[in-house]
Amino acid sequence: AMWGGQSSSGCAGHSMDKSITLPPDEIFRNLENAKRFAIDIGGSLTKLAYYSTVQHKVAKVRSFDHTAKTEGDPLYEISMQEEVSARLHFIKFENAYIETCLDFIKDHLVNTDTKVIKATGGGAHKFKDLIEKKLKLRVDKEDEMTCLIKGCNFVLRNITHEAFVYAKHADSEFRFQNTHPDIFPYLLINIGSGVSIFKVESEDTFERVGGSSIGGGTFWGLGALLTKTKRFDELLQLASKGQHTNVDMLVKDIYGGSYGSLGLTGDLIASSFGKSATPDKEFSKEDMAKSLLHMISNDIGQLACLYARLHNLTRVYFGGFFIRGHPVTMHTITYSINFFTKGEVQALFLRHEGYLGTIGAFLKGAEEDNPNQYSWGENYAGSSGLMSTSPDLNPMQRARSGTFDMLEMDRLERQLVNLPLLQDPSSYIPDTVDLSEDALAREYWLYCFEEALDGVVKRAVASQPDLPEAAERAEKFRHKYQHKLQTLRHQPFAYGSLTVRSLLDTREHCLNEFNFPDPYSKIKQGENDLALKYFQKAVKSLGELSWEQRQFALVRGLLAGNVFDWGAKAVSDVLESDPEFGFEHAKLQLEERPWLVDAYDQWLKRLKGPPHKCALFFVDNSGIDIILGVFPFVRELLCRGTEVVLASNSSPALNDVTNSELQILTERIAAMDLVIQSAVKEDRLTLVQSGSSSPCLDLSRLDKVLAGVVRERHVDLVIIEGMGRAIHTNYYAILSCESLKMAVIKNSWLADRLGGKLFSVVFKYEVPPGHKTTTLDHVPVTPS
Amino acid sequence: IVCDVTSQQPGSGSCYANGLQRGFHSQASNGGCNTFNSSGNCSGGTSNVEHFRYLHTDDVEANGSSPAKRCRLRRRVESLKRNRPPFPWFGMDIGGTLVKLVYFEPKDITAEEEQEEVENLKSIRRYLTSNTAYGKTGVRDVHLELKNLTMCGRTGNLHFIRFPTQAMHRFIQMGSDKNFSSLHTTLCATGGGAYKFENDFRTMADLELLKLDELDCLIHGLLYVDSVSFNGHPQCYYFENPSDTQNSVKTPCSLADPFPMLLVNIGSGVSILAVYSKDDYKRVTGTSLGGGTFLGLCCLLTGCETFEEALDMASRGDSSNVDKLVKDIYGGDYERFSLQGSAVASSFGHMMSKEKRDSISKEDLARAMLVTITNNIGSIARMCAVNEKIERVVFVGNFLRINTVSTKLLAYAMDFWSKGQLKALFLEHEGYFGAVGALLELLKSSEEP
Repeated sequence: AMWGGQSSSGCAGHSMDKSITLPPDEIFRNLENAKRFAIDIGGSLTKLAYYSTVQHKVAKVRSFDHTAKTEGDPLYEISMQEEVSARLHFIKFENAYIETCLDFIKDHLVNTDTKVIKATGGGAHKFKDLIEKKLKLRVDKEDEMTCLIKGCNFVLRNITHEAFVYAKHADSEFRFQNTHPDIFPYLLINIGSGVSIFKVESEDTFERVGGSSIGGGTFWGLGALLTKTKRFDELLQLASKGQHTNVDMLVKDIYGGSYGSLGLTGDLIASSFGKSATPDKEFSKEDMAKSLLHMISNDIGQLACLYARLHNLTRVYFGGFFIRGHPVTMHTITYSINFFTKGEVQALFLRHEGYLGTIGAFLKGAEEDNPNQYSWGENYAGSSGLMSTSPDLNPMQRARSGTFDMLEMDRLERQLVNLPLLQDPSSYIPDTVDLSEDALAREYWLYCFEEALDGVVKRAVASQPDLPEAAERAEKFRHKYQHKLQTLRHQPFAYGSLTVRSLLDTREHCLNEFNFPDPYSKIKQGENDLALKYFQKAVKSLGELSWEQRQFALVRGLLAGNVFDWGAKAVSDVLESDPEFGFEHAKLQLEERPWLVDAYDQWLKRLKGPPHKCALFFVDNSGIDIILGVFPFVRELLCRGTEVVLASNSSPALNDVTNSELQILTERIAAMDLVIQSAVKEDRLTLVQSGSSSPCLDLSRLDKVLAGVVRERHVDLVIIEGMGRAIHTNYYAILSCESLKMAVIKNSWLADRLGGKLFSVVFKYEVPPGHKTTTLDHVPVTPS
Repeated sequence: IVCDVTSQQPGSGSCYANGLQRGFHSQASNGGCNTFNSSGNCSGGTSNVEHFRYLHTDDVEANGSSPAKRCRLRRRVESLKRNRPPFPWFGMDIGGTLVKLVYFEPKDITAEEEQEEVENLKSIRRYLTSNTAYGKTGVRDVHLELKNLTMCGRTGNLHFIRFPTQAMHRFIQMGSDKNFSSLHTTLCATGGGAYKFENDFRTMADLELLKLDELDCLIHGLLYVDSVSFNGHPQCYYFENPSDTQNSVKTPCSLADPFPMLLVNIGSGVSILAVYSKDDYKRVTGTSLGGGTFLGLCCLLTGCETFEEALDMASRGDSSNVDKLVKDIYGGDYERFSLQGSAVASSFGHMMSKEKRDSISKEDLARAMLVTITNNIGSIARMCAVNEKIERVVFVGNFLRINTVSTKLLAYAMDFWSKGQLKALFLEHEGYFGAVGALLELLKSSEEP
């Protein structure tokens, strides 16, 4: 049903804006299972939050009983199961639609036993009766500022690229900040009708250290008096067109130039509205609005700096309706902060600033479930993303077009933490190229993902042959992802920095959205089956080589295995026909040494030294890659006396091997190889989940268990394999131990960019500076 | 640390410690002018070296300096008399909105001098001293006149005159008409206008300005005016019982031992200085929300034309009709963060509503404007005082002229937000210190060897 069709349920259709054409099931999603509610009613916008459960399909693998296994049967079975996961929904809409929305919620709320709705915001009082009457829920008010800070902590901790620096004239207006592992302490400056300044020191410790009565209300109130313009947005629009120098007295108006001895430039405002103290002159609305905007922004910026200095804080976040994504105010506040701190403090803004109150109120209500014990992740499929702030767009239009804005967050199965081996977690940036800043690369990758969409849709349908509506769902997926790509083309900043990783993750989220949890399951299954048959043969032939030859063969094997990627059309054909031949064929395709990035000699030298204590291996593809490439390599490490931890994805992404698949594979390999068998038995070979379900790798968001294993085992070598994990991400990651980053470049555009060609090899061996246990030439080599 | 005797950098702090050997700028002038200072004055008791300049020569001489030094000093004093600048003595501070002019009227003119005095000098003297208003906009603040003051060996009255900067060209024209340049006086000027109008003075009136830094002048002038006392009364005052603005009482006090002080100069805009000694200070910050903003916005909002008019309206208005208070939002105090219900939550916050905009009076708007600007200055000043660890905050500038609403509010704000830690001080000659500082430079500059 469309929005307009709600009159039957007693809702007044006439109050609805004509521009709302979104079907409600795309706005208040999963409402039928909604469990907890919170609402934040501000001066003009309402933000609703609810917790819901989502039932969706997951692909499960289960090993067959091998004793009864007959030739030709697959290694394991794949089954689709229904699973329930938790999701947070946040919806933002104009107060004008509040009644309609409440009616809709009432009609669709079926499975809830909730009695209470947490409420915050200035309007909560005004709408209390309406909410209680419509929803039959008791409105339980929460302190606005407390909610704000709770919400702020939550988004800073759980949403990557939540905070950004605004740079009006830069190539990309938004410079997203890395999620700092420790978000405290910080200063939060909320610019509502007045200004409140909070110092936040921990989840529960915060203090209102100061404030000012000159805030958004002053801009609005004084602006309305001066210009007879009623709406806040219109005032901003006026301001963006004005010339403040007609109204303000500048230093040069007083000095005729700059005040050199104090370093005050002539363009500095000496006295706001200093020129308007004259009865015989008219001033334009635009100029007055601009002057007022500068006056208020500068004043707030100055105060913010004084408080930042007093409390010795450099992280200063701004929020409140005065800021709320308005480029004009973000710019003037940024300017002011830069001026007053001489660049020492940066003004930081938040992508989900408008939701802080409702998130906080929700968290207050959910305290018994302790939502902060989980990690949460932004669901790109269900979230609107940051609105365009293009100055060409009329702000009115902007406000309207964003009538319904959504944020969805998934509760992650695992709690995510930093890899303890990151040299400097606070400066770690997973992604190699920021596509929001690199227009050429952005163009290419957006095109690339669009081109690949047909194939993905086909693959998705093929993965569910028993489900007749799969084709229809796949089309919905296509539509959704295409739409996301369109959005990202115009608003590359919608979900933080645009990267190859975010494009891949968005695709995974969209696939999951339409119940295609694992389109590659069948392919992975077949490939694993085939590759396993050649494992013993491969190991045997490696054993016949001399030590030095073998080391090289192992690396080449690993690289050749990595060629097998279903993304790479060039090899997928051979693969299906003859995997053994394919593997050999792939080796031939590989670039000859010296490789594009070639640290093999150093690695070999290192191998001649003492063995590593423990290696952490982030694996990539299933099939030939893992079985014929990774396992022989791992086997050699184990023989050297190095323990190995294999880290694989927690949930499916492309044809990457998942943790559950890898468990079955390891079992099977252990059954035919004594080295692996004893290593498993003696716990020298361990499998862990990465906590990720992405073809890329964010070392700052890894399974907490993995981090624990890394610490316990004293991992001193990290191996990262594949394009997604070692090139698109982590290429520049600096670790505090030795690391190997290996990949074959299977994309000619990227190869070109890196100065190589298709199937160029990257073999990066890095030793942290000042590291001691490196190569010891004099240690006698004892090859087996 | 070492003071280079040969260098002629005026007033670097360390030179004072170096005794009297140095050239003119620091020591000689101190001794010199002090010789002719007026009556034994309020700063006489201080041992502060920066106050040195205004002490009696006797004090200096009695200070056990050697006969040779005393002799040298006397010689210099004699030469000073001869090198005294020719009359008229003016000091001028050309600000963004107002020009402040101080004029020294010698009362000890001998018959001989009277005869020698050229006609136009006489006419200037008569014009300035016999009128209290000049043209449509010039005003002499008679109540501020410093009587019987001795400067550079001459005794007379110091007059305080102001007129709008907009009238600057008319003023220069007058200087030209009166053939001011024939007097060969040095016109010492500070404030931005000294730079802006320099060329106009030159081309229109054939006058060369001696341009002086406004903050130097401000501090020197302030310390001087405070040191000579206000016709026998203290220059400085504060408010007793500041927490109750209705009943707080203006109380005279002494600015003895004034350092360190946070000096907040509220003119068109605001400058905030941390002053550690006469010549050791820094500009901490400033804000563009100052007197010019109050007047400019008042003119736009109420149609008023002058500062006096705006203040008059403000005195009759009620800002709570314009501002949104904490209680307007929370129904009372915001206890979670211990904010009083009567605190302003959003200046002009009520004006977001059309109904309230339609029913508001000009007086209320003027009052709200005054309170907004004043509170904001108070808030910034307080933060600076805390950051700079200075407890004494001295507010000056013409924004405070006839403006007890603001002075009381500032006194209240300093006291309340610092829980009694900070003290707000005010000075009777509010906006004239820069001009006085400029005049002091004239008297000093003439002593240059």
